[in-house]
Amino acid sequence: MPQITTANHSTLCEEKTMSRYFRNFVAGSLALFSLGSQAQQNFDNVEIEVLPVRDGIYMLVGAGGNITVQTGVDGVLMIDTQYAELSEKIYSKIQELSPTPIRYIINTHSHPDHVGGNANLAPLGATITGGNVARLQEDAGDGATIVAFETVMNNMVDEKYPVESWPSETFFVERKDMYFNDEGIEILHQPNAHTDGDVIVWFRKTDVVVTGDVFTTTMYPFIDKAKGGSINGVIAALNTIVDITIPRAKQEGGTLVVPGHGRLADEADVVEYRDMVTIIRDRIKALRDSGMTLEQVKAAGPTQDYDSRYGSNEGFWTTDMFIEAVYDGVQG
Amino acid sequence: MKPASHSRSIGVLLVCSSAAVLSTQANAQFDISGNWRALIHEDQPERGPGPDIMEYVGLPINEAARIAGMSWDPAQLAMPEFQCRPHPSDYGSRHSNLRVWQEVDSASQITTAWRTHREWQEPERTIHMDQRERPASYAPHTWQGFSLGTWDGNMLNILTTDLKRGYIRRNGIPRSDEGELQEHYIRHDEFLTIIAVVKDPVYLTEPFIRSSNYIVDPALAIAPYPCSPAVEIERAWGYVPHYLPGQNPFNGEYANRYGIDLDDSLGGAQTMYPD
Repeated sequence: MPQITTANHSTLCEEKTMSRYFRNFVAGSLALFSLGSQAQQNFDNVEIEVLPVRDGIYMLVGAGGNITVQTGVDGVLMIDTQYAELSEKIYSKIQELSPTPIRYIINTHSHPDHVGGNANLAPLGATITGGNVARLQEDAGDGATIVAFETVMNNMVDEKYPVESWPSETFFVERKDMYFNDEGIEILHQPNAHTDGDVIVWFRKTDVVVTGDVFTTTMYPFIDKAKGGSINGVIAALNTIVDITIPRAKQEGGTLVVPGHGRLADEADVVEYRDMVTIIRDRIKALRDSGMTLEQVKAAGPTQDYDSRYGSNEGFWTTDMFIEAVYDGVQG
Repeated sequence: MKPASHSRSIGVLLVCSSAAVLSTQANAQFDISGNWRALIHEDQPERGPGPDIMEYVGLPINEAARIAGMSWDPAQLAMPEFQCRPHPSDYGSRHSNLRVWQEVDSASQITTAWRTHREWQEPERTIHMDQRERPASYAPHTWQGFSLGTWDGNMLNILTTDLKRGYIRRNGIPRSDEGELQEHYIRHDEFLTIIAVVKDPVYLTEPFIRSSNYIVDPALAIAPYPCSPAVEIERAWGYVPHYLPGQNPFNGEYANRYGIDLDDSLGGAQTMYPD
């Protein structure tokens, strides 16, 4: 494992050998909480790829959810942190993009493929605080602030994530504003969509929207009912994204959309996905309203025209599970 | 001295001629630049006003494509998100007038790319000739896709990937974002033929091949085509036009009008070939 030494920007990180830190923390993290099937995944061969999005914003792709990094004079803001096992590689890539400290981490929701690296990466950052937050001047930059919707915190506590990974700044209203690296940032809560704590992050100057898992380009929407997800919440979130995205002239580009998983997108991609999800919802609702049981609905094939693109018969989220979640979500 | 000088001149001439021949061979290409008028009298009903709803005969589509087509509601085209969309590059050759020009590296005089501009909705396209790497799997897909070209004699071969989801036909038969386009541009004096071969593992059972012809027209003026979407019909937030299975009111209309068996009107590879 390569030795990582940090630049002299962070009091926490000065001359510290990061490899030992990561090794120790990952071992501890894995002992503290289960990542389910992901815990069995081999991360040794995972490379973190960087895709420049626009004007200091980058999409990092590895294993787990996409990470977005915003860089600038104020420091680094990152959205989601993938798995704990990848934190060293992720941090190395971020340092290549900017030597400034990680000031903020925003979590789009509480699943481990999006928050797993919180506890490793937040301590390497430095959010400047003051007033009655820090007693001593040198304490003022201790770790990056982790921002999330309130229920993300509740879920992470319930699931016994390590304390270091918990959000340090939560909110419970529909929207939170920030101004960082010379641009306004809106964090928009999407109620009961993929989970109960989803947020969309909208960089208003660079015109980039980060969606978390309410939008992916790889699969049917994962509706985590146990954490408050619902089909109508997903559709509402997708419509919100369509509302705030604007294609450029000739319809190429314009507002860029970083999905929770999959490729960088724009409004048209979200529209196609929104249309697909809405059409399937409408079909299943009509079938259910006609008196069909769940098994009869499955047999009717309401997703057939999209299955070879988005469906799966194996893995953690199958087409059958998607149909069941929609069926449950359209009753009444 | 004169004979010697004469020999040198001949030598220089031979060297220059050889260089010119080598250069032609190295770049082996035809000039396809210019303004090209689309000859849409070929397949005019489809390329002009558009195909009938549920007219799928001759398309090598699978059941998934057929279901998608039968769900399609033309009201979709009135939605603001759809009003200004260009045709994707695999459909573009069926429609508008075309301008083609080349980008040349000033130092080497090698053509690095061919560029195209179409009239309707103004899509512009770059066909890279430098054999650069294709985009990563996580890079955006676009309406025109990512195109690499190579010359084979007088034929420009182009492979286009990284396309957004589009359509095989303008009546709801989709082409997925996993589809790809192989094209062949062939110039015969004043005519340009574009052969487009679309492959799609999601919606096609075999490649779908179309050819479209153009005639050069130096006087052709390609007009601007600005587009600004507008709400034409007030709809509920998030409304998505579509027909539920079995409820498409146009089911059978095309087959009845032309006296075609309904099953045949719904396409499939078997409808591409003579009995």
